[in-house]
Amino acid sequence: MSVTEAPPAPTPEEPRELTLRKPSTRKRLIPYWLLLPGILWLVVFFVLPLVYQASTSVQTGSLEQGFEVTWHFQTYVDALREYYPQFIRSLFYAGTATILCLLLGYPLAYLIAFKAGRWRNLVLVLVIAPFFTSFLIRTLAWKTILADGGAVVDVLNTLHVLDVTSWLGWTESNRVLATPMAVVCGLTYNFLPFMILPLYTSLERIDGRLHEAAGDLYATPATTFRKVTFPLSMPGVVSGTLLTFIPASGDYVNAELLGSTDTKMVGSVIQSQFLRVLDYPTAAALSFILMAIVLMVVTFYIRRSGTEDLV
Amino acid sequence: MPVLRWIRRNLVVIAGLLTLAYMILPNIVVMVFSFNKPKGRFNYEWQRFSLDAWKDPCGVADLCGSLSLSLQIAFWATLGATALGTAVAFALVRYRFRARGAISSLIFLPMAMPEVVMAASLLTLFLNMGAELGFWTVLIAHIMFCLSFVVTAVKARVMSMDPRLEEAARDLYAGPVQTFVRVTLPIAAPGIAAGALLAFALSFDDFIITNFNAGSTVTFPMFVWGSAQRGTPVQINVIGTAMFVIAVLMVLVGQLIANRRKSNARN
Amino acid sequence: MTQQQTAGGDVRLAGISKTYGSFTAVHPLDLTVPQGSFFALLGASGCGKTTTLRMIAGLEEATTGTVFLGDRDITDLPPYKRPVNTVFQSYALFPHLDITENVAFGLRRRGIKSVKKQVDEMLELVQLGDFARRKPHQLSGGQQQRVAVARALINHPQVLLLDEPLGALDLKLRRQMQLELKRIQTEVGITFVHVTHDQEEAMTMADTVAVMNGGRVEQLGAPADLYENPRTTFVANFLGTSNLIGGEIVSSGGDLVVAAGGGKLTLPRERCSASSTSSGGRLLLGIRPEKISLAHADDADSIAAGRNRVTGRITDSSFIGVSTQYVVESPAGTALQVYEQNIERDTRLVPGAEVVLHWNPAHTFGLDAAQDIGAGATSVEDAE
Repeated sequence: MSVTEAPPAPTPEEPRELTLRKPSTRKRLIPYWLLLPGILWLVVFFVLPLVYQASTSVQTGSLEQGFEVTWHFQTYVDALREYYPQFIRSLFYAGTATILCLLLGYPLAYLIAFKAGRWRNLVLVLVIAPFFTSFLIRTLAWKTILADGGAVVDVLNTLHVLDVTSWLGWTESNRVLATPMAVVCGLTYNFLPFMILPLYTSLERIDGRLHEAAGDLYATPATTFRKVTFPLSMPGVVSGTLLTFIPASGDYVNAELLGSTDTKMVGSVIQSQFLRVLDYPTAAALSFILMAIVLMVVTFYIRRSGTEDLV
Repeated sequence: MPVLRWIRRNLVVIAGLLTLAYMILPNIVVMVFSFNKPKGRFNYEWQRFSLDAWKDPCGVADLCGSLSLSLQIAFWATLGATALGTAVAFALVRYRFRARGAISSLIFLPMAMPEVVMAASLLTLFLNMGAELGFWTVLIAHIMFCLSFVVTAVKARVMSMDPRLEEAARDLYAGPVQTFVRVTLPIAAPGIAAGALLAFALSFDDFIITNFNAGSTVTFPMFVWGSAQRGTPVQINVIGTAMFVIAVLMVLVGQLIANRRKSNARN
Repeated sequence: MTQQQTAGGDVRLAGISKTYGSFTAVHPLDLTVPQGSFFALLGASGCGKTTTLRMIAGLEEATTGTVFLGDRDITDLPPYKRPVNTVFQSYALFPHLDITENVAFGLRRRGIKSVKKQVDEMLELVQLGDFARRKPHQLSGGQQQRVAVARALINHPQVLLLDEPLGALDLKLRRQMQLELKRIQTEVGITFVHVTHDQEEAMTMADTVAVMNGGRVEQLGAPADLYENPRTTFVANFLGTSNLIGGEIVSSGGDLVVAAGGGKLTLPRERCSASSTSSGGRLLLGIRPEKISLAHADDADSIAAGRNRVTGRITDSSFIGVSTQYVVESPAGTALQVYEQNIERDTRLVPGAEVVLHWNPAHTFGLDAAQDIGAGATSVEDAE
């Protein structure tokens, strides 16, 4: 092979006038135009109402003479003092329902993701389809299912379950309807799909070979679940629990339809203060306290679980 | 014990199916009781089989009126929320701009807020502005709370979209409008459809926010709520069952069409 | 290389650069791609080659400088107004359109109604006639790649840009597609600008290769020229393998004589690209592994006079069929590479054996010593 001659040495870069191009203003404004209508809508009909409500909560007056901002923070103190049982009850019911949703929903989500095979779509449809019947109608159906002297109550009675639950104060000795258990049962039922769908989404993303790899590396099925599957489904667990807990804590439909006056949740109080008693400052204060509690719980929970990219 | 071993091995499946039963049981009850002929005003106890309600689903005053109102509100709310939400989702995924984090939080907040809080504060605004409660206030409220869900659904789809597809379109002589219509929109369509479907379901089934802001207007969920106090007509069950069946049928037909198309493409 | 096209002309980049905030992806760059040539931009990922390509396509706005197509300034034209088309990395085929509609996309956007004949011809050219009604996901990687080429070529662009077009294919298919692309380019005579990180691919396909590193063109030339006469350590190491030996110039009359590793090595003066070649200066000597012959130390006397020699000991050898690759430790360098063709194998050449490396001094090249001796030496896989 002949050796070719070396090419001439590179000419040094000559300094030259460089004109910088700026992206055009029109292009830079595109995202803002896209955002404007949606964000404006949220600002006017979501943020502004909260501001109005904040102002209402520190007003005094009456419906006849009108309300005035008097920075009357006492309303908050009074509202809390009077309605703290409903707050605690709301959080307790919502928390219990969330845990039940997780316990009931996880096996079903797991079933759909890994075990359903060609039945997967059918099961998914069965999970989503109930949505199409108004949730109020379905909640009313629980009145029939849990009715006094109905099959469910009979079975629970025969198994002496009601003895235990009534001792715990969850039910009465011969009825389920109009007790805390009925309300929690309704809440769990209503928000289960909100738990199952995010769980399913994150479980479905898990590579099935990871299970085989874990088994290959001496993990029993239980260990595989604890060390591989569950940690990987954490995003689903976090968003599922949030999507369940948040609406459940403010719900009053289940408490009103399936419960009694002893099971009233804070949503009921806000609703009746606003729409029946017409005590706007108290209603506003209550709703702000609920918002604050929920936001605190959510923020703390997201921080703890380290999943910040939910949106 | 082989039985115990079988149960242990299929524990997940058994638990999952039990949950599924728990979720479907009320629908079955609703369906069965749509054929009931109740004594008195409430349809909670089984009396005897009857087709009366199915023969005359609109036979209760205001029922079908409220249903049609709910469908109208859901339609317009879906349209509004999908249009606004899709634009926001595109901006969030495709562009870098100031206040991006703040806007993301603003989108997230309505989903992290109990409905009753939004309902009460929106009513405060409407009362302060002297707005007349009715169709328009309900529509405004529905677009507001559906918006975030649409953004989330569309965003997920747009994020998984290869930006090179749009570059390829521009490279192949498609201007900005053509690129959007011919490439971006068709590919983002499943996400937009999912967002729209979610918005429709949320709007149609909403009770709490609607109840606060509807004034004397009565939507279908409000009608059901009222009937729980006054007396539940069997027709409610008929409509609930019909919607359930129609939805399942639509899914099945869609699935069939998709399957047929797939096998056609393979041949 | 055919040059039927009279319109258009060369692609000329004048002072083109791209900065993102404080990061400079491409330093001001002058480059001319002659019409009808197959031009490759070669470099590791992040070297600015793709950004350069995207500035020609119009997908990236140049921070400074001008893009000329012939005499026409196209810098401010949006991509959909440039007579330039791109074969994208991983193809970017439209998933919602079938193959015919993918290929017809550009024609339709320019308002051409009857596309059938042209599409059929183009699919014939890339041998995909039977797949016209399939969707992209029903095609294999190699077939998708050909659709991407067809979709761009059907528009008769003046320049076809290829962004790592073969990166997603397996080795065997890649070799096949290299020949295929070369065939198509010869057939249609359009200027191809090809971006790749695979030096073999660039050398087999392109007429001219520009090696890029850190947002600059390190060296530009015909593949053989670049291989034989690298002017920087980066090019020497990135294109193939080079043995680089540091040394001091002891005599600079006629050929250069360099003291390295206890011996003296000679190289032709014209093959040295270092700025200073006066006595006492430092120099890097380069020699390609396949140009070195290997002799057992016992046979040292039979080596012809006038050849460069280095003594050492084999530390590793691997048999790879057509040749055997040895690693030799010597005072001149710790890991000298030697490729011996498997014609008559000397069974004494095993790890531990004392050997003499010798080669024709004319095959030696010289590089400036003031640069990183290991630049560009990381393997392609590592650079990904």
